[in-house]
Amino acid sequence: MIQSTEFDIDTEKGNFRFDTDYAFDAGVGLNADVVRYISNVKEEKEWILDFRLKALETFLKKPLPTHWATEDLKNINFDVIRYYLAKGQKPSRSWDDVPDDVKNTFERLGIPEQERKFLAGVEAQFDSEAAYSNMKEGLEKEGVIFVGPTEGLRDHPEIFKKWFGKVIPTSDNKFSALNSAVFSGGSFIYIPPGVKLKQPLQAYFRINAENFGQFERTLIIADEGSEVTYMEGCTAPKFETSTLHSAVVELVALKGSKVQYITVQNWSNNVYNLVTKRAMAEEEAEVRWIDCNIGSRLTMKYPGVILRGRKARGEVLSIALSNSGQHQDTGAKMVHAADETTSNIIAKSISIGTGRSSYRGLVRMPKHLKNCKNNTECDALLINSESQTDTYPAITVQGEGNSVQHEATVSKVSADQIFYMQQRGLSEGEAMSLCVNGFVNDLIREFPMEYSVELKRLIDMEMEGSVG
Amino acid sequence: MNSLQIKNLSANIADKQILKELCLEIPQGEVHAIMGPNGSGKSTLSKVLAGHPDYEVTNGEVLMDGVKILGQDADEIARSGLFLAFQYPVEVAGVSIANFIRAALQARLPDGESIKAVDYYKDLYAHMDDLGMDRKFTSRSLNDGFSGGEKKRCEFLQMSMLKPHYCILDETDSGLDIDALRIVSAGVNRMRSDDRGFMVITHYQRLLEYIEPDVVHVMWDGKIVHSGDKSLALELEAKGYDWIKEEFAA
Ligand SMILES: Nc1ncnc2c1ncn2[C@@H]1O[C@H](COP(=O)(O)OP(=O)(O)O)[C@@H](O)[C@H]1O
Ligand SMILES: [Mg+2]
Repeated sequence: MIQSTEFDIDTEKGNFRFDTDYAFDAGVGLNADVVRYISNVKEEKEWILDFRLKALETFLKKPLPTHWATEDLKNINFDVIRYYLAKGQKPSRSWDDVPDDVKNTFERLGIPEQERKFLAGVEAQFDSEAAYSNMKEGLEKEGVIFVGPTEGLRDHPEIFKKWFGKVIPTSDNKFSALNSAVFSGGSFIYIPPGVKLKQPLQAYFRINAENFGQFERTLIIADEGSEVTYMEGCTAPKFETSTLHSAVVELVALKGSKVQYITVQNWSNNVYNLVTKRAMAEEEAEVRWIDCNIGSRLTMKYPGVILRGRKARGEVLSIALSNSGQHQDTGAKMVHAADETTSNIIAKSISIGTGRSSYRGLVRMPKHLKNCKNNTECDALLINSESQTDTYPAITVQGEGNSVQHEATVSKVSADQIFYMQQRGLSEGEAMSLCVNGFVNDLIREFPMEYSVELKRLIDMEMEGSVG
Repeated sequence: MNSLQIKNLSANIADKQILKELCLEIPQGEVHAIMGPNGSGKSTLSKVLAGHPDYEVTNGEVLMDGVKILGQDADEIARSGLFLAFQYPVEVAGVSIANFIRAALQARLPDGESIKAVDYYKDLYAHMDDLGMDRKFTSRSLNDGFSGGEKKRCEFLQMSMLKPHYCILDETDSGLDIDALRIVSAGVNRMRSDDRGFMVITHYQRLLEYIEPDVVHVMWDGKIVHSGDKSLALELEAKGYDWIKEEFAA
């Protein structure tokens, strides 16, 4: 356990709050001056400032989507949020350059020293600026770019400008507009043609200030025939008041490339996690979203793939766990826009106590397309009777020779089952963990090793915490 | 002397009194049969002993080797050595038998210790062989879609793996054909030992031909109304329960 005068560490589960000296701070609330301030601190080009200011207008004009989404969105007070906060330092390259308090955060997150070395590149986002970015030399030699958005747009505009804001337009929804106005932090990645990365690229995200929204922006471009896996994990500290997290993630999978994007999020109970994630898949490209959402007050997230090229393939594998007081509103979007495109959606949700899970799916297959396929599986597990689950699948299929399969199941963990397992010596929490792990097991098997282990550990912790 | 001692136990479910000042003592090393008509409270007794949270204990005490167990959580009682083979084993989809038994054994170890997979499977397969169970069973979900006989065998597999001090068998014979009954009874008989007590609940004499009891008790309306040796079981079989009602439940 770390104990020193510089850190104020609450050792309770999920508490990772550090006292940090915030060198740059845009104050509280949102207006054009705040946006200008952020752009100025980042020394951005004029076009980026314009992009941000237009986005701000769009954000202010757009209503909250409460005509279909939860009324709880109305409880977000945009005037008390801090939209920018940075460590006041440039992203650093070597481990030695990393400040001690950031290193301690890594330690608290339990990333072992030797594992860090194995990681192909670690982009650790500490508050809104990337505090640490260490890329294995080999990656650089292969021409892989792995930077933050500021650096990406400044140093490699010829690569990133073309796709920035194109997969997800600013006006896609209110929160993508918000992100477009105030984004900072995140990852901009380019994989050159034919480069196949064996090691996943990793990023650890953290929120570390009260009332501070995190608005990271990620753009990954996989050039023709390349392959990349990107992993994103979040462990948020516990706060007194609500925290807003609103990211935008755009993936571009060019011809014949493979992109896998993995998220395991474990937010504290007061976080609004409103994220827009979408990919574009060109001919014979494959995109796979693996999305695991644990915790948060409200998560709204529907990763999507636009299947733009012939034989493109899209997949969303998701797990959502909502404990009492939490609402996971998640799903997937598959837009078929070329012949012979296929998509697969497997969504599993677990609701405990008053926890609520909603699934929203959208599958679109226009009439003129041939030989497209979608498979959707949507399973819910309810632990105790107060739990809620709702499914809103929207499937628009037209045309012959296209096929859509949709399956949905709801199962329950009953008091009888818990008693039976307890009679064999398992605690209530262990019994629930076993049921939940059994429920998600076949899906977790699809995940990379390190993530399946971490996810199981998170589920166990969540179950222990939900008892009693 | 170690024993499972039940003193004046009364218990309600949904405000209805089911157990009525029931007294019974099962010393380690002995097999006690409990017989009684349907609805007399046999399953209720087994669940109260196992710490089921739905039952309200209104009177009495249960001592397991001198330690009071009423009020403890079900899992605590289980880890102290009480095992209940359920009349209706519960189905748990998605949890494999192998993982479940392993987790149950793991729960009995001190923090930091863990079960060696190789030893565990060796042990598990040996017990399955004894019970005539196919090894494919280990990867099936717990009781999920099992036949009645398979469920009961699965209960005995768990019992033999967990090595409890006190075993309660609730209507073990129901759902078993004669071959399965032989195998399961042989399993129970192998487990009989000086440091283990059995409470065998049944309302047929048949099971007791295979598992020979030291004492037979008759339960009626929430209490033990009569006890005797194994010949009592035969008498009940021949005469039915009506004479009990007339003689003892007045
Ligand atoms: N959940 C319950 N709610 C109300 N009454 C119950 C409940 N469970 C059992 N009973 C009643 O308790 C009595 C004893 O049942 P049980 O213990 O199952 O008897 P046995 O196993 O001897 O057949 C029966 O009259 C039964 O209807
Ligand atoms: Mg019964």
